[in-house]
Amino acid sequence: MEPDTHKILDQFTQREYKYGFVTDIETEMAPRGLNEDIVRFISARKNEPEFLLDFRLKAYRYWLTLKQPGWAHLTIPPINYQDIIYYAAPKKNTPGSLEEVDPELLDTFNKLGISLAEQKKLAGVAVDAVMDSVSVKTTFSDTLSKLGIIFCSFTEAVQKHPELIRQYLGTVVPYTDNYFAALNSAVFSDGSFCYIPKGVRCPVELSTYFRINAAKTGQFERTLIIADEGAYVSYMEGCTAPQRDENQLHAAIVEIIAMKDAEVKYSTVQNWYPGNKNGEGGIFNFVTKRGICKGSNSKISWTQVETGSAITWKYPSCILQGDNSVGEFYSVAVTKNYQQADTGTKMIHLGKNTRSTIISKGISAGFSNNSYRGLVRVARGAANARNYSQCDSLLLGDKCGAHTYPYIQVENKSSVVEHEATTSRISEDQLFYCQQRGISTENAIGLIVNGYARQVLSRLPMEFAVEAQKLLSISLEGAVG
Amino acid sequence: MVHLFEENRGEIIRNDSEAISGIRDRSLDHFRETGLPDTKLEEWKNTNLAESFAKGYEYHFNPVPVRDLQRTFHCVIPHLDTAVIGQMNGWYVSQDVPLIRLGNGIIMGSLAQAFRQYPGIIEKYYNKYSSEDKNGLTFLNTAFAQDGVFIYVPDNVKSSKPIQLINVIRSDENLFIQPRNLIVLGKNSGLTLVHCDDSFNHQPSFSNIVTEVFLDSHARMDHYKLQNINNNSTLVSSTYFHLEKETVLDSLFLTLNGGLLRNNTRVLLNGDNSHININGLYLMDRKQHVDNYIYIDHNARGCSSKELFKGILDENASGVFNGHVMVRRDAQKTDAYQSNRNILLTDTAKVNSKPFLEIYADDVKCSHGSTTGQLDPEAMFYLRQRAIGEDNARMLLMFAFADEVVEKISIPPLRNRIEDMVKRRLMGESLICDQCVLNCGSKEQPVEFRIDKEMI
Repeated sequence: MEPDTHKILDQFTQREYKYGFVTDIETEMAPRGLNEDIVRFISARKNEPEFLLDFRLKAYRYWLTLKQPGWAHLTIPPINYQDIIYYAAPKKNTPGSLEEVDPELLDTFNKLGISLAEQKKLAGVAVDAVMDSVSVKTTFSDTLSKLGIIFCSFTEAVQKHPELIRQYLGTVVPYTDNYFAALNSAVFSDGSFCYIPKGVRCPVELSTYFRINAAKTGQFERTLIIADEGAYVSYMEGCTAPQRDENQLHAAIVEIIAMKDAEVKYSTVQNWYPGNKNGEGGIFNFVTKRGICKGSNSKISWTQVETGSAITWKYPSCILQGDNSVGEFYSVAVTKNYQQADTGTKMIHLGKNTRSTIISKGISAGFSNNSYRGLVRVARGAANARNYSQCDSLLLGDKCGAHTYPYIQVENKSSVVEHEATTSRISEDQLFYCQQRGISTENAIGLIVNGYARQVLSRLPMEFAVEAQKLLSISLEGAVG
Repeated sequence: MVHLFEENRGEIIRNDSEAISGIRDRSLDHFRETGLPDTKLEEWKNTNLAESFAKGYEYHFNPVPVRDLQRTFHCVIPHLDTAVIGQMNGWYVSQDVPLIRLGNGIIMGSLAQAFRQYPGIIEKYYNKYSSEDKNGLTFLNTAFAQDGVFIYVPDNVKSSKPIQLINVIRSDENLFIQPRNLIVLGKNSGLTLVHCDDSFNHQPSFSNIVTEVFLDSHARMDHYKLQNINNNSTLVSSTYFHLEKETVLDSLFLTLNGGLLRNNTRVLLNGDNSHININGLYLMDRKQHVDNYIYIDHNARGCSSKELFKGILDENASGVFNGHVMVRRDAQKTDAYQSNRNILLTDTAKVNSKPFLEIYADDVKCSHGSTTGQLDPEAMFYLRQRAIGEDNARMLLMFAFADEVVEKISIPPLRNRIEDMVKRRLMGESLICDQCVLNCGSKEQPVEFRIDKEMI
């Protein structure tokens, strides 16, 4: 490759993180460390009913019996779980209206381009902003409540709708699921809750914005989305964190339940602080996301754009239990510098005529490692199941790694499962073609990468698509070759 | 097993040089650490050996005399002239001398004899690449192995006829055997090896075979592995290929029968511009289980590797394909392709397909594909419409599916023979021969499907 292409690639891949500022907000924190008292402290702070405390304690005790998993293609520096603050909340909490929100906070979200006030005016997106594990403000709740839609912070849902929480919490991701799910179940502090009643089509995009702000804290939020029969919702999630030298842990759980004929579309633009260009600092993003298509003809679709985090360990999954249900997974994962990502999906076909599609596009640059790991399982009873997976990797530079680990298990004779994957770098022919037409190397690379990721980006809701496209070009600026 | 070794150490090392017994002791130490593989290991997740181990086996430290050798190794491939060397219950069977040196310099025969006669070659090649594999069973084999086949092809020699290595188990007791083979190809040499694993009766057995193959620069090897053992037996066959620059390796794994089969294949591409093709076909039914694990380590520039594994699984059979292509940082200009295609004929058969790519170099062309499905109903309809009975139509389609692998065999007589075997297997014949697999009833006529061609 041409030397200037290299230079452009380097600039592109080594660009600094722009959301790395810290907001000076008074924060209430739990003492450092983890034990049963901390679990009780969190539960008490949130005034939780008995069953939830039980759930947390069971999860905590189970977590103690587990070891941190080591099977992923990741090098995870040892995490001292006693050195983390498990609860941190901005002090001025639960404002009644936007005017009561701490101006510093509003400013933070404005800086992030998530203007809570603006969102309110533009008929568009209902936002739930979560800062350091606590939901700060949910916009639009009034409009939504007229339709019977519940969209609020998890804490509020526990108080107002304990029966729904009790019925659904932990049904898709039980606390016994894995190490980080157990940890989250023990110490989760807040998150978003969403319930769409029967036959209701949610008129706006629902959005949660997560931000880690305080130092030394971990963020453990929990999202629960229930779409009742025939309901539809499109849900978006965004995340950023300040720039710090130490690693911070983010271990979230997302549970989605889609009843008969329901459809849930879940989009994520993950932009946690990835560490500096020497691989110092950054977020450890160990997340369990899973949805279940409980009823027939239901559909769950995951779309993710992953550009942040020092280490990502994340497999948004679909359990296709209802007959004719559909699962989709569209992902673009970008790693640069010393980032590591082991991400993919699980499609578990249980019902008849279930269908799933997996499109995964990995882009690695710098010294990073980017792995796709996905499971497609067709159980004996899932007659006529159909899966198509395509996992492509693009390598930008000769010091990075791109890996593909598909697991395909088929147990009946009527299903068709197809998987294909390619790994390559940007073709010189394509670059030459663009350059020949007067497009600079940098723009050409941006163009090609965008084209490469288009299949996924086009699945994102409008607001997100623009953000994701920008993010992609920022992340890769100077990186391609 | 550790006990067994310690108790019989004297017996095992009786022919060893100091170097070899040192290798054994070190391997046993490694085995103490790893133990036998279980399903907790990622690479053994879908193949459970517990049931196989539970069967209880006899272990012999001396060869048991063989009766009527001729009948056992009465192996003929029509129109194919091969040099046959045999192994019975893990021991090299010598017709007259244990180690033959042919006119062109090729040495073939017993590994135990080679330990004594050619310590220089042994020291240079024995247990080199295989010792890097952290596989308990390979460590175990290295500790115990007393005999097996040794083939040495000197520089610039091309073997004029294929060598057929037949490994037969014939015993009235449950046997545990651990033969060890070492094959060395010098610079610019060539060899065709047909390696068959067969069993003679329905007695359960456990074979833990390790084969090491070294190809020096510009060497070329055609390697065919045919496996047809009884349904009570377990076969773990680990093959380690070490390839130097500008070598060519064509390998075929044909699995027709066996209770539980695991092919552990590791290839190290250690020199630039080498090319390998590894193909496999497995036709399984009943409760048979086959697991093909192929690890290809691209450690040099400009190499290509192509894998094609196809399988048909009937009744309660299960199949595993786990290909792992590793492209190291400096292995630029690598071209790697993996493909795994499966047909499931029943709802009780299952397949696990894991084509892995691990890539650290950027100027590469790597891809893989995996499909699992059924016979194409439209193709079926087409044939039925032309008055071909359902059974025959299915046979034809299955054969067409399988033939994509078989047709890659470059020696016509062998290809014809294997095509016949595949047809027989698909028709449900030759589940287990009372003879070795290549001697199926010694019919000279080619096998044909019973299709009335006039109707077509």
